[in-house]
Amino acid sequence: MSLSYYPGCTLKTKAKNAEDSAIAAMAALGIELVELPRWNCCGTVYSFAGDEELHQLAPVRNLIRVKETGGDRVATICSFCYNTLKRANLLVTSNPEKMHTINTFMEEEIDYEGDVEVVHLLEVLRDDIGWETIAEKVQVPLTGLKVAPYYGCTLLRPQEIAIDDVERPTIMHDLLKALGADVVDFPYATECCGSYQIISNPDYVSQRVWDILSSAMRRKADAIVLSCPLCDANLGQTQKELMQTHSEFKGIPILYFTQLLALALGLDPEICRLELNYVDPRPLLESKELLRQ
Amino acid sequence: MRIEISTETLYSDFVKKVEAISEQTLISCYQCGKCSAGCPMCFAMDLLPSQIIRLAQLGLEDDIAKANTIWICASCITCSVRCPKGVDLARVMEALRLITSRKNIDQVQIPEIPKETIAQLPQVAMVGGFRKLTA
Amino acid sequence: MERIGVFVCHCKLMAYMDTGTVVEAISKKPDVVHAAAYEDLCLAPGLEQVKDTIKNEKLDGVLITSCSPVLHQEVLRQAVTAAGLEAHQMQAVDIRSQNGVKENTERAIEAISSALDKLKASLPPVRTKVPITKKVLVIGGGIAGIRASLDIADGGYEVILVERTHSIGGHMIQYSETFPTLDCPQCIETPLMTDTGQHDNITIYAYSEIEEVTGSIGKFKVKIRRKAAYVDWDKCNGCLMCIEKCPPRVLSEYERYLDMPKRQAHRRAIWVPHAQAVPMRPIIDKDHCLYFTKGKCRVCEQACPSKAIDFTQQESFVEIEVGAIVVASGFDLMPKSAIKEYELDKDILEGIEFERILCPAGPTAGKVIRPSDGREPKTVAFISCCGSRDPEHGVPYCSKVCCMYLVKMALLYMHAVHDGQTFIFYIDIRTTGKGYEEFVQRAVTEDNVLYLRGKVSKIFRDGDKIKVWGADTLTGKRIEMAVDLVVLGMAMLPSEGVKELADKLGIATDEHGFMVELHSKLRPMESSVPGIYLAGCCQGPKDIQDTVAQGGGAASKVLALFAQDEVILEEAAVR
Ligand SMILES: Cc1cc2nc3c(=O)[nH]c(=O)nc-3n(C[C@H](O)[C@H](O)[C@H](O)COP(=O)(O)OP(=O)(O)OC[C@H]3O[C@@H](n4cnc5c(N)ncnc54)[C@H](O)[C@@H]3O)c2cc1C
Ligand code: SF4
Ligand code: SF4
Ligand code: SF4
Ligand code: SF4
Repeated sequence: MSLSYYPGCTLKTKAKNAEDSAIAAMAALGIELVELPRWNCCGTVYSFAGDEELHQLAPVRNLIRVKETGGDRVATICSFCYNTLKRANLLVTSNPEKMHTINTFMEEEIDYEGDVEVVHLLEVLRDDIGWETIAEKVQVPLTGLKVAPYYGCTLLRPQEIAIDDVERPTIMHDLLKALGADVVDFPYATECCGSYQIISNPDYVSQRVWDILSSAMRRKADAIVLSCPLCDANLGQTQKELMQTHSEFKGIPILYFTQLLALALGLDPEICRLELNYVDPRPLLESKELLRQ
Repeated sequence: MRIEISTETLYSDFVKKVEAISEQTLISCYQCGKCSAGCPMCFAMDLLPSQIIRLAQLGLEDDIAKANTIWICASCITCSVRCPKGVDLARVMEALRLITSRKNIDQVQIPEIPKETIAQLPQVAMVGGFRKLTA
Repeated sequence: MERIGVFVCHCKLMAYMDTGTVVEAISKKPDVVHAAAYEDLCLAPGLEQVKDTIKNEKLDGVLITSCSPVLHQEVLRQAVTAAGLEAHQMQAVDIRSQNGVKENTERAIEAISSALDKLKASLPPVRTKVPITKKVLVIGGGIAGIRASLDIADGGYEVILVERTHSIGGHMIQYSETFPTLDCPQCIETPLMTDTGQHDNITIYAYSEIEEVTGSIGKFKVKIRRKAAYVDWDKCNGCLMCIEKCPPRVLSEYERYLDMPKRQAHRRAIWVPHAQAVPMRPIIDKDHCLYFTKGKCRVCEQACPSKAIDFTQQESFVEIEVGAIVVASGFDLMPKSAIKEYELDKDILEGIEFERILCPAGPTAGKVIRPSDGREPKTVAFISCCGSRDPEHGVPYCSKVCCMYLVKMALLYMHAVHDGQTFIFYIDIRTTGKGYEEFVQRAVTEDNVLYLRGKVSKIFRDGDKIKVWGADTLTGKRIEMAVDLVVLGMAMLPSEGVKELADKLGIATDEHGFMVELHSKLRPMESSVPGIYLAGCCQGPKDIQDTVAQGGGAASKVLALFAQDEVILEEAAVR
């Protein structure tokens, strides 16, 4: 089976580790992720304004690309892309007037009719493949690895596009359980990391990140697992500075769920591009004997 | 500290603009404070999110402009999903930001961002930040 | 009907339409011989005018517009029958609407026209006289049902009280002390429970439910299902020797499934809810009894001096006939799990759970300890409006009593833990009962209860403490607080199974499941079905005072009915 896949900008640059591990892992599970031809940046953040149809062109244009391939479903890995595409799609499908306006704005394109479904890769794992099947295919169970799933904002909010329960999501917990990991639930799992404020108020973001990391560590997590490249950058990059301000803090690895999936499925650890992670997870993974070839 | 509240402030163009851009009815907020209680960024804000919507209800545009709140907001939507009255406060914040940015006022000066930072940050951070914080 | 009179009421409520035009249009209708507007038709002078006109114009049909047909029906009907017409020869029609004058006027004409058609088509109703069976069924043995039962029984009539659990008492008996006077239910409610149990005119069917109801006012037939207790209650003398030796320890529904250290709140498989139960009769919990689950034990059987244990007992049915029914099925609390942003934790309690911990007759004998570790909590946060006033995630209404019970528990806690500190997070403090505001002020000034104004956004465990994220909107500051124990003021909902019960009775419930009264102000104790009355929280959240008042009120309705020997049932005739 093949599935249309929208990478978005960050997966092609800073988050190659997410993309490469995702493609390999999905292939191992029998799903070929086919990159959308001629995709464009979705705009990253969904515009909340009621009078900004222009900002919806970018995401909708990508949905038209999906139609052009003859598909009716597109998967994303980046949580932000998921949010923006999904919300834009919801906006136009629930509002024929806006759909019309946007279609007339893009005369050069075929009309969009709301007939493409946007899904996140975690949903594909849950709904198309299923935790049991995944568990059966695990070659290297993540036994003894204490991981805290961190959902952030964009997979869960607003309610209309949430991939799981808004306040008590379990989808990543369930995946990690299927992979054999010890899942650590922590109260900051759905707390915002400060997001794009990193460009204007990096200090505030560090404070947020410290709260999140220390909460996970208080519940004895060895690593944090996530899906969002912005969360990853915030949670990963700020750690150097945090080690200076908090002398007892020795750092905690942040991993994409796709990396752990690939590892557990027994794929070559090389494919996970662990060297690209902001905090090197290899010593931890090695200590749990999870980097078998 | 005395404020003037009149039909002019209550039904001002400002209030109408905020409601139009955010597609929210400001007065349906009953000031419970739950948005503020859960806002991840409110440690850095000089007014709470619930105070901002209160000021907006009353049409007190200048007081909102003096506070850093809307520029500290990270659009995390926590306030909106927990609001008992279904007020999408994240959208109100966005409307308030846009009312300023549409006057061509930027909150981050792109040229001033150090090169290393730009090299380090993922696109999603930069594009997102510019979209929310600049004109 | 050939001589119809139309009386258009023109009080100030009707100022939003052009009554002149209405009268003119209606007077042109066939068979209408009289149409005119009058002031205040519902008052005596107006009614006299109606009577006179009926006689003078020899009317054989009357149509009256009125602002509230439900409310005025009775007086209007009396006036018309006094003038010699039959009730079916009169129609009352509501012509209020809230649009522009023109539209209101048009709508009124339309409404009157269709009412005219109905009037012409009406037949004299079929009347049957039904002798009243002077027995009453009371459903629910909380304080509402107890009050109603006692009042009716004292009035000399037989009462059958059906209670779902195996003791009457309802929620009130679980509390430590009750606001605003702080008397303990064990002192003020148990005497009533005992009276109910011993009253010659009252039969209690505990551990029973309503299976089926047919018939109507004066003569309802009711089938009661008595669940299998596996104890022959007629032989049992309530000595409780069976319980002592029973091996399993099970979380108790009466103790709200509190899991206290040293299993203090656990019960056995054969159990009574508490030491003052009425009736004092045990039941065997089949799901935990060793004999039922593993095939051996029967220790209770050996211990029982009365040979009352009966492992082969089956559920049984009792059929009764009653003239009236009082529904007093009470409330339940919204489960804590409904608020997802508040973590589920042993030290995050709802109101009744904390009542049990405060209660001198409770599992800890009133010693205030945390369920998690048995330590005395030194800081307690109380959270108001959990699920209430939250149209998005919970219920839109205010549950009315939580403001008061939270401050009551804060105060009782302070009386038990002198060096403790309490915080109440609130949106508005709603204390409108007699003595309530004074109660709150006393708690604040004398018992160091600190109110913080803001709805709590998140609660979770952090090591040894519970973290609460709130706000104080009065200072404009966010609050992050670490406390030892949290108590949630969960919303009041109608009791579980209320829909099924209402369906069996044929009575209406609102969108939340509360039973609907005939008129919210003037007929609050009557359900939508004649002969079925409402009392207590089944009709809406209320405190004990209001509950008891309504229980007494429902009893007076029944007594008024039973003062007659028969009711006349009118059934609309069909052509
Ligand atoms: C934590 C807490 C503390 C409170 N403290 C106070 C206080 O201090 N002072 C005060 O004035 N008020 C207080 N209240 C309010 C008080 O509890 C209510 O006013 C009162 O209990 C209502 O009585 P009731 O008989 O209507 O309902 P309930 O007490 O709920 O009794 C209903 C009875 O009906 C039974 N039943 C339910 N459904 C059926 C069925 N289908 N068939 C047969 N039986 C059925 C139930 O088992 C129960 O025994 C408090 C409420 C709470 C939640
Ligand atoms: S949570 Fe909603 S109702 Fe409460 S103060 Fe915030 S916006 Fe207003
Ligand atoms: S959207 Fe903004 S105001 Fe609302 S909770 Fe998030 S940061 Fe705070
Ligand atoms: S021992 Fe027998 S008589 Fe005594 S309470 Fe138990 S069942 Fe009843
Ligand atoms: S009584 Fe008080 S705590 Fe309960 S819902 Fe009403 S305002 Fe909230």
